[in-house]
Amino acid sequence: MRNAFVTIEQLGKTYSSKNEELVVFEDVSFGIEKGEFVCIIGHSGCGKSTILNVLAGLDKPSHGGIIMDGKEVIGPSLDRGVVFQNYSLLPWLSTLQNVNFAVKARWPNWSKADALEHSVGFLKMVGLGHSLHKKPSELSGGMRQRVSIARAFATNPKLLLLDEPFGALDALTRGVIQDELLKIWSETQQTVFMITHDVDEAILLADRILLMSNGPRARVAESVSINISRPRQRGTIVEDPAYYKIRNYLVNFLVNRAGDESEVGGAHFSVPKVVDPAAERADQRDTSEIDIAALQVATN
Amino acid sequence: MSSLAARSALVSVCLLVGLLGLWEALNQPPTASEALTEFEILMGGVDQEARVPPPSQVMSHAWHELSNPFYDAGPNDKGIGIQLAYSLFRVLTGYVSAALVAIPLGFIIGMSPLMHRALNPFIQVLRPISPLAWMPLALFIIKDSEQSAIFVIFICSIWPMLINTAFGVANVRSDWISVAQTHELSQLKTAFLVILPAAAPTILTGMRISIGIAWLVIVAAEMLVGGTGIGYYVWNEWNNLDLNSVIFSILMIGVVGMALDFALGRVEKLVQYKE
Repeated sequence: MRNAFVTIEQLGKTYSSKNEELVVFEDVSFGIEKGEFVCIIGHSGCGKSTILNVLAGLDKPSHGGIIMDGKEVIGPSLDRGVVFQNYSLLPWLSTLQNVNFAVKARWPNWSKADALEHSVGFLKMVGLGHSLHKKPSELSGGMRQRVSIARAFATNPKLLLLDEPFGALDALTRGVIQDELLKIWSETQQTVFMITHDVDEAILLADRILLMSNGPRARVAESVSINISRPRQRGTIVEDPAYYKIRNYLVNFLVNRAGDESEVGGAHFSVPKVVDPAAERADQRDTSEIDIAALQVATN
Repeated sequence: MSSLAARSALVSVCLLVGLLGLWEALNQPPTASEALTEFEILMGGVDQEARVPPPSQVMSHAWHELSNPFYDAGPNDKGIGIQLAYSLFRVLTGYVSAALVAIPLGFIIGMSPLMHRALNPFIQVLRPISPLAWMPLALFIIKDSEQSAIFVIFICSIWPMLINTAFGVANVRSDWISVAQTHELSQLKTAFLVILPAAAPTILTGMRISIGIAWLVIVAAEMLVGGTGIGYYVWNEWNNLDLNSVIFSILMIGVVGMALDFALGRVEKLVQYKE
């Protein structure tokens, strides 16, 4: 893991107030390989967003550090693109200007025409070729997030960070944009780190899912490999024999084990346990009857 | 049913006609039973009380003044256009120099919590001072009444712009700052490409408040410094006991103030954005 493209080591975040210390997460260590799509799932308050912000350079950890491509991560950089949950488009710029502004920041020496052509290309890739000159306020939530994704991919960062990018979208729109994300990702072979609350979304997109235990003192407890062949389709992925094994394993963790100190807590590990549910025997604890609604409540 | 705009316009016209009619009716000079002596005419007719001129008189005077607004017949007899131009020149000079100071300073205060804390006591003490209270000091230091009036406009229009700029800059959404940071924008580029457009509507609101205050203050300042300008004109016509001109110039002050506000309102609309 030390030789991974991105290495997160012993990361911890502590908030100190007058009379108490709140350890949000501690001893978080994992790696991300080049070209890998990694999702992280955990209950609210476990510090997922803080980990992503530290990766982005927007927040500082209390302990530990991050090394990407042989260099320590200090502060924000164009090498790490971020897609925020609330899109974070600049409302006074048009769709095209929002992307073009990022492209110009990335390659200041490009000619105007080159930058525009590059920007238009990525907007077309997310199906927004017809809305180049609209303001974000004239776009639906799904279209805004497409612009945000186009902006992030257009700058060709070494690591792409997605902070629950589909959290504010309705289920139908979400499905469509997941497909588009998969398409762009397979075309660009980006390294992606993504936060999500949606187990199905994580299985569809990820090579590996990191599971976080509940905070305070949250940890990355397990690293679940998703051994389902690509290209994956939203419609057919459920037919893969591994799909429900993985899904049950994840749901079981989130509902039954994430808050269980004895199982995931303690100082006995600092590297997440690697799990491959698809390869394990079929007599895994069956959790298929768990109510999805209960999970939604639990993870929100 | 007619539209709301048409109906409200109808009510406005009715109010205008009604109020002008009332004013006209209440201020008719009494009919004299015999021809007045020249002395009686000078003293306002047979009536013992001075009367406000009726709107018909004011309007015919206004027509007369507006038909030749730029005549110049010596220091005490200039057209209304010349007087307004003097006032506008002072207001715009003081206002623009205030904007040149207030907006960059507001940026510094808004972006730096240290400067905000350090400068806040000065702002809090200086802001409530009536701009006219600066006049004696300005006259003593600058030794020029024209420039003193401009200084008074400068000092009164600086505060709303300064405070609104600082507030707008300090409250730019942190997401947009994050976007600037993740795109490695320099401090200067962040200020011009992200913070300025984000805070522009708030800054323009401050500029609009300032121009209103500046136009209020110029009338009083010119009454003090004298010589030229619409404020001086009002006071001078009062000394001439020419109430037609006084009422006419009051209306002109209102019309010009409205035009200034309208112009900045248009600019404000230009920089407005919807989230």
